[in-house]
Amino acid sequence: MNLKEKLQSSYLAFEDHLQADSPLHDVRTKAMKSFEDKGFPSKKEEAWKYTSLNALLSKDYSIFPKNETAIEFNDVKKYFLNDIDTYKVVFIDGVYSSFLSQITHDVIDVCLMSSALNKSKYSSIIETYFNKAANTDSLSCLNTAFAKEGAYIRIPKNKEAKKPIEIINFATGTEAATMLQPRNLIIVEQNAHVQIIERHQSLNNNPVLTNSVTEIFLEKRANVDYYKIQNDTQNASLIDSTFIQQQRESICSVHTFSFGGKLTRNNLSFKQLGERCDSILNGVTMIEDKQHVDHNTLVHHIAENCESHQDYKGIFDDSATGVFNGKVYVEKQAQKLDAFQKNNNILISNKATINAKPQLEIFADDVKCSHGCTIGQLDPDAMFYLRSRGIADKEARALLIYAFANTVLESVKIPELKERINKLIANKMGVNLGFDL
Amino acid sequence: MLQIKDVYASVEDKDILKGISLSVNAGEVHAIMGPNGAGKSTLASIIAGKEEFELTKGEITIDGEDITELDAEERAHKGVFLSFQYPVEIPGVSVTNFIKTAINENRKAKGLEDMPASEMLKKIKEKADLLEIDRKFLSRSLNVGFSGGEKKRNEIFQMAMLEPKLAILDETDSGLDIDALKVVANGVNKLKNKDNAVIVITHYQRLLDYIVPDFVHVIMDGKIVKSGTKQLAYELEEKGYDWIKEELV
Repeated sequence: MNLKEKLQSSYLAFEDHLQADSPLHDVRTKAMKSFEDKGFPSKKEEAWKYTSLNALLSKDYSIFPKNETAIEFNDVKKYFLNDIDTYKVVFIDGVYSSFLSQITHDVIDVCLMSSALNKSKYSSIIETYFNKAANTDSLSCLNTAFAKEGAYIRIPKNKEAKKPIEIINFATGTEAATMLQPRNLIIVEQNAHVQIIERHQSLNNNPVLTNSVTEIFLEKRANVDYYKIQNDTQNASLIDSTFIQQQRESICSVHTFSFGGKLTRNNLSFKQLGERCDSILNGVTMIEDKQHVDHNTLVHHIAENCESHQDYKGIFDDSATGVFNGKVYVEKQAQKLDAFQKNNNILISNKATINAKPQLEIFADDVKCSHGCTIGQLDPDAMFYLRSRGIADKEARALLIYAFANTVLESVKIPELKERINKLIANKMGVNLGFDL
Repeated sequence: MLQIKDVYASVEDKDILKGISLSVNAGEVHAIMGPNGAGKSTLASIIAGKEEFELTKGEITIDGEDITELDAEERAHKGVFLSFQYPVEIPGVSVTNFIKTAINENRKAKGLEDMPASEMLKKIKEKADLLEIDRKFLSRSLNVGFSGGEKKRNEIFQMAMLEPKLAILDETDSGLDIDALKVVANGVNKLKNKDNAVIVITHYQRLLDYIVPDFVHVIMDGKIVKSGTKQLAYELEEKGYDWIKEELV
């Protein structure tokens, strides 16, 4: 039985447990049908030309964990942002861990998707928002069909989440291979503000395939800072699809730090529905061995006077491969737009590869759009300059790479997180340098 | 301190240095002059350990130790410093962070702990004052958007911080107006003592009015063709290099 067939039969069993009269029944059934029709994406599709899922799909994944596995806080403490207080929504193999979490219903909702999907008091919210931003691509549909658990966050009008929210999905690897499909829904109402950090983390080397979908809705003047930390083990793969809808004057930034994992695909899609929106897409990719990271971004400009800024830095060592496929789509009525896209890459080794494809599709006539893409190596003159000052080869390399990524790093607004990321980079480079730039 | 013995060097199979010998003792200032393309900067690079330059013959020693097989950073740890003719711009690394990293990397190589932050700050302040460097300048990205004068001043600031045994100043006077030249020269003179040595590479005698050399050497076509005292620099200023060529014939 291949994975698709296995998912089909699992779906039948899963659906049996759900109430047939649930309003979601139709949504799920339709989504599953769509997945069945389309199947997993193949390299024949333009958007998947440089990323093959074949090797991943051949594994025999467990779709729902058989047992709940407990983990000790001390064993996973390092994956949390410990220096500051945070809300935490933590899942172990897709199951909510109340022990590791710190959720709230006080003014703001930081809680569970399962509650939102099942409790009647949330039904109108689910009806209004659930699956309204997500694409109808096959993997998002698959996630919708199986949507069961994840984070549900709602920040009401004029409120602010006082602490950052961490969404962490642990995979214990107790099964030989695990497939996880977390589903997050985030609603930030008028003038509300939230900072969110999302992480997927395997705890051993058994294969994990995560097909995650997050929908984020920003009402008028809402402000969201979203950080994705992707620093997973060698056999963990992630397909992360994030769909963002922005109403007027809202500001949303998403930072994606891709530092490790077998295969990582980031589908990041912004839709600007109101005037004077600002969308910020930043990323640092730093991988080695045979790791693969694919950024597939879309900013869909529909309204006037909006802005979007993309800045993606990639550093590829060994036989690592990267993809940057960034599209800015400007509708005819989206005048007075300022859209900027930048993608810079450094190939450390001769075997590393980056496939970069910036795309602008502009149907308006009064806009400012630009994009730039570079692929290069570390500057030998800069290396000599640093080394002639007594900075050893490895440290000089680290300093230059850090400097290269700095435009993205300096835009991280949570200082403790910035420090954590600096340390991750130093660790990856095997140096003990404080990058207090 | 520095002994260069019959050094031949090439870059991309082009011979540039063709048998240079030079001996520099502690406490001395040597000036190296010569027309464009004579090999002055190559000599500086080959002492500092730039990898593109290949030493095909000869020996370079510092205090009796052969450094020709050492990496650039190892030579720096031995006390070699090169003030670049064209300092490299490095966006994203501040002057302060760069110099802190350099100092601590040098200390690490000597088995010392990082310099305490307070001591570092004090030293940075002292040396910045010596070179009349504005505090704001130190938080800017290294050499990015610096004027020619600022770049050179920053090089000498790094020299002041690192306190090398042997400093090679490669065309430090180019791009400097007379006021900046005086500040830079004054900085170098204050750093000069009986235990260290300076090699000044220059086209013009002008800098040598401020950093007074004990010896002047003329390089032409990859060889030192004439050595003398400061008087030689004046002669070159007055008569150019042709008379030396004629002498050679």
